[in-house]
Amino acid sequence: MLEIDGLTAGYGRSTVLHGVSLTVPAGGVAAVLGHNGAGKSTLLRAALGLLKPQRGTVRLDGEDVTRLAAHQRVRRGMAYVPQGQQSFPQLTAAENLRLVADGHRDGRAAMAEALDLFPVLRELAGRPAGLLSGGQRQQLAIARALITRPRLLLLDEPTEGIQPSVVAEIQQTVLDLTAGGALSVLLVEQHVHFALRAAARYYVLEAGRVTSSGDNDGGAAERVREALSV
Amino acid sequence: MTVFLSQSFTGISIGAVLLLIALGLSLTFGQMGVINMAHGEFIMAGAYTTYVLQQSIGGAGVSLLLSLPLAFLVAGAMGVLLEWLLIRHLYARPLDTLLVTWGVSLFLQQLARDIFGAPNVQVRAPEWLTGNVRLIGGEHPFTLAHNRIFILALALAALVSLALTLRVSPLGRRIRAVVQHRDLAEASGIATARVDRVTFFIGSGLAGLAGVALTLVGPIGPTMGTNLIIDAFLVVVVGGIGRLRGAVIAAFALGVLQAVVEYSATVSVAKVTVLVGIVAFLQWRPQGISTLRTRSLV
Repeated sequence: MLEIDGLTAGYGRSTVLHGVSLTVPAGGVAAVLGHNGAGKSTLLRAALGLLKPQRGTVRLDGEDVTRLAAHQRVRRGMAYVPQGQQSFPQLTAAENLRLVADGHRDGRAAMAEALDLFPVLRELAGRPAGLLSGGQRQQLAIARALITRPRLLLLDEPTEGIQPSVVAEIQQTVLDLTAGGALSVLLVEQHVHFALRAAARYYVLEAGRVTSSGDNDGGAAERVREALSV
Repeated sequence: MTVFLSQSFTGISIGAVLLLIALGLSLTFGQMGVINMAHGEFIMAGAYTTYVLQQSIGGAGVSLLLSLPLAFLVAGAMGVLLEWLLIRHLYARPLDTLLVTWGVSLFLQQLARDIFGAPNVQVRAPEWLTGNVRLIGGEHPFTLAHNRIFILALALAALVSLALTLRVSPLGRRIRAVVQHRDLAEASGIATARVDRVTFFIGSGLAGLAGVALTLVGPIGPTMGTNLIIDAFLVVVVGGIGRLRGAVIAAFALGVLQAVVEYSATVSVAKVTVLVGIVAFLQWRPQGISTLRTRSLV
C-alpha cells in the first residue's frame, strides 16, 4: 500500500529524517514508535507531502507520489490526522466536515457515516471547533479524515494530550477501523502497548533513523522496549 | 444641524468606498499575512476601466453599468497575475512581499502615466446620478446626492455578496479554512494554491469596484490609489484583522469622522484628528473592534 524508500527530509538546513524506509501492507497497520523528537511527525508530514523530501521516494499502491502536492495525495486515497487535535478553529464542527465533503463525490453519505461513528459530533455540530474539548476535536479530526474514504490513514499520536475518559473510546475506534482490512494505517505512537495491539508491523525511530523493525510476533513488545530504552 | 447631516452622509459614502477597498485588502491580507501595497493600483485600474469604456462606448449610463463587472474582472485578473507571478513565491516572507508589491505599485503607476498621461481625467456621471433627493427643504436643505446613494448601495451589495459567499458557499468554507490553517487545509484535500488565486481574484476585484465608485465623485489619476490604501489599511487594523463586522463599523466611523472634522477645520487637521483617534483606540483595544473567541492556539 505505502512504500517509503530512503526518505531524507528536514526543515531548512536541519535534516530530521536520514534515509528512512518502511512499508505499510495493504489492509494492515504499521506502527512507528519513538521518543519525542525522533522524527515521527516529520515522517508523516513527508509521507503526505506537506514536507518536500531532500531524497527518497514515497509510493502509494506502486505509484510514485513523491512529487505530488499533499491535496493530490489525499485525492489518491491518503488521509491524515495530525497530532495535537488540530482543526479549523473558527469553522463550526459541521463546517469542518462539510469542507472536506464538498470536494468529494459522495461526501454527504461519507459525512453521515463519520457522524455515526462519533455521535457526540452531531450535538456539537453548530459549535466552533476551537471551543470543543481536546477529545472532541480529536474525534472531529478523525471524522474529517474519514470523509474522503481513504485507503491509507496517517495517524499521528491519536490519544496524546486527551482526557483519559476519551482515550479508550478513540483507541477502540482505531482498532475497529482497521479490523475490516479495507483501511491501511500508518500509526505513530508513544504507547507501546496500544501500538502493538493495533499493528502488524513495527518500526522504532531514533534520531531520524529506523533502529529496529519487524513483525508483531510474541517477542515484539520486548524488542521495542529494548530499542527504546537505549 | 442639516450641515452636520449632509457632512455625515458624505462621510458615509466615503466610508462605503473605504469599505470596498478594506474588504478586498483584508481578504488578501488573510492569505499572505501582509499588506498588498499594489492593492491601491487595482482601484486605479478599475477607475481607468470605467474611463476607457466611456471613451469607447459614449453613453455614460451604459458604460457605468458595464464597467462594474468589467472593472471587477480587470482588477481581479491583475490580482491573480500578481499572485501567480510574484506573491506565491514569497509566502512566509512578509518583508519581501511588502517590498515587491510596493515595487509593483510604483510600476503600475508609471504604466498608467505612460498610457493615459499624468494629468487627472474626468469620467462623466450619467444623468440619473447627477440629481439629489431632498429630505429637508427650506433655507438649509438636507439632500442626498444620487451618486453617493449609488456608491452606498454598491458597497452594501458587495458586502452582502461577500458575506454570503464566505458564510455559506463551499468556496467560502475553503477560503476560511486556508486562512485559518493552511497545512491542515492542504492535508484535507483542498487545493490551497487554487484557493489563494480565487481569493486574490475576489479581493482585487473589489478594489476594481471601488475604482468605479470613485469615478462618480471626482477626477481619477495614476496616483489615486496611494492615499486610499493607507486609509483602507487603517480600517483593516481598527476593525480587527479578518473580521467583516469590524471592518464595516471602522470604515463608516472613519469616513464620517473624517468628513465631519474636515468641515469644521481643514483637511490636515481632519487627518491628524483621525490618526490620533486611531492611536488612542489601538492603545485601548490593540486587537481591533472585533475579535475571535477560541480555545485552540492554531
